[in-house]
Amino acid sequence: MTSELTFLIPEIVLFVLTCIILLVDTIGSSEDKSFIYWLSQSTLIVTVVLLVFLCPDSTTHAMSMNFVSDPMGAILKIFICAYTSVVFFYSYDYLKEHELIRGEYFVLGLFAVLGMMVMVSAYSLLTIYLGLELLSLSLYAMVAMNRDSQSATEAAMKYFVLGALASGMLLYGISMLYGVSGAIDLASLSAYISQQTGNNILLIFGLVFVVVGIAFKLGAVPFHMWVPDVYQGAPTSVTLFIGSAPKIAAFGMAIRLLVDGMEGLVDSWQGMLIILAVLSMAAGNIIAISQTNIKRMLAYSTIAHIGFLLLGIISGSQSGYAGSMFYVLTYALMSMGAFGMVILLGRKGYEADTLDDFKGLAVRSPWFAFIMLILMFSMAGVPPLVGFWGKWFVIKEIIAMGHISLAAIAVLFSVIGAYYYLRIVKLMYFDKADQMTAIKAGQGMRFVLSINGLALLALGFMPGMLMALCLGAFA
Amino acid sequence: MLVLSDFLILAAILFCISVAGIFINRKNVIILLMCIELMLLSVNLNFVAFSHFLGDIGGQVFVFFILTVAAAEAAIGLAILVVLFRNRNTINVADLNSMKG
Repeated sequence: MTSELTFLIPEIVLFVLTCIILLVDTIGSSEDKSFIYWLSQSTLIVTVVLLVFLCPDSTTHAMSMNFVSDPMGAILKIFICAYTSVVFFYSYDYLKEHELIRGEYFVLGLFAVLGMMVMVSAYSLLTIYLGLELLSLSLYAMVAMNRDSQSATEAAMKYFVLGALASGMLLYGISMLYGVSGAIDLASLSAYISQQTGNNILLIFGLVFVVVGIAFKLGAVPFHMWVPDVYQGAPTSVTLFIGSAPKIAAFGMAIRLLVDGMEGLVDSWQGMLIILAVLSMAAGNIIAISQTNIKRMLAYSTIAHIGFLLLGIISGSQSGYAGSMFYVLTYALMSMGAFGMVILLGRKGYEADTLDDFKGLAVRSPWFAFIMLILMFSMAGVPPLVGFWGKWFVIKEIIAMGHISLAAIAVLFSVIGAYYYLRIVKLMYFDKADQMTAIKAGQGMRFVLSINGLALLALGFMPGMLMALCLGAFA
Repeated sequence: MLVLSDFLILAAILFCISVAGIFINRKNVIILLMCIELMLLSVNLNFVAFSHFLGDIGGQVFVFFILTVAAAEAAIGLAILVVLFRNRNTINVADLNSMKG
């Protein structure tokens, strides 16, 4: 029993520390939240250290098959915590400037991290659901945090209703899978599926609902309705959070359900995911062109990237999953940088969330125009930036599996997508600025954002290390 | 004598009603929250029925967790609803359209 608990030490430590922070925040009357902020950051750092220290090199199941400890889960969890730490760093100044600073932001953020950690190392349908709900419930509250903003509350309501609908769909599918297989752990489910010969209609029925639930949470077309509204309406610090770590967790959930649980049904879910991927790449890239709000534009760009992410899973091979994992880890980094730029350009009482705010940035701040250029080129997939390698790996796998036409569609839509990324570069370098206000952000923010941008360049020159890590996770 | 399929059909009907309620309803946000509850309850019915006919307790344990999460979800949903009403003085679904594109 004690040995089983060692696999859960990072989760338990994170949970206990978060509860302590919640108490400290409630009891302490101080208006200054810097203490809470530093406590949260140290909690994340402690968790990352524990995760690295306890990183497993083989797969072990614990807690009556409800929990799995494997390299993939550990790597995803390390990235989730590390990215959240950067998100908190970007958010802190933003929240102070916009007078939204409350302890709840950090506490809910940490609970969301806990939910994500449970999600990626869950090994039964029940734990997957509980992790997912812990994440979602925290996010609903975070979106509504700016209580006086009409758009934030509207976004929160839409997110809540559609998120709950998605959970309901997922649960209905799970109940069907439970009904046919008679167990809620993924090992029994996958053992049951491997015994099946021919088509089991109930199993496919359950699978459809589960795929719909996953597509909702990832934000794949046609289940993407919440993404643009939530990205646009939520405070930028929350959009930043939603756009980064939860994508990694959703990828982890998809792998657990589709690969660990239902790899035997690969022929069935491949077809469904192909439809989702093609629609996501098409709708995301085309609708993004007509946006004038950068948060909304980045939301459609997320949808398009989710389409690419699905390509790796569609390939149904270990190296394909690794390609997807590479894609989601690097995409979260790009998304974080892009929303970081929106935060950087904003100031007290002013959100720099329209495309026009980027006009003439090269004159106002050549360095940050360059960082934004790296971010946009990387999202568009221009070599040698890391975004190119992400697309390269997944498309290579798709071709290796013989889906040539799917690869052609992916390339076509990424060319269409390049248009709206390059338009931002054009606005920054060739248009005249509407305003010449100097950038107000502090030194720390400037430094971390620069590192974030340059990391994309560095990873682009040597993608091998991260790719080896991802391949190792699925070996 | 009731058989498994009776329960499954009832749960499926309840599920369809709740999904239809979410998509058709253009008037009142509270009805949306009720539909979400109904949806989770229809899933619970599925779980309990399967659990009984399979002779496996796992499904009933699952139901306890779903009930708990549904309570938390309702609390957050109503909290958002209160904030929304304070900002806009309406809970009409058709008015939730300030963002487009």
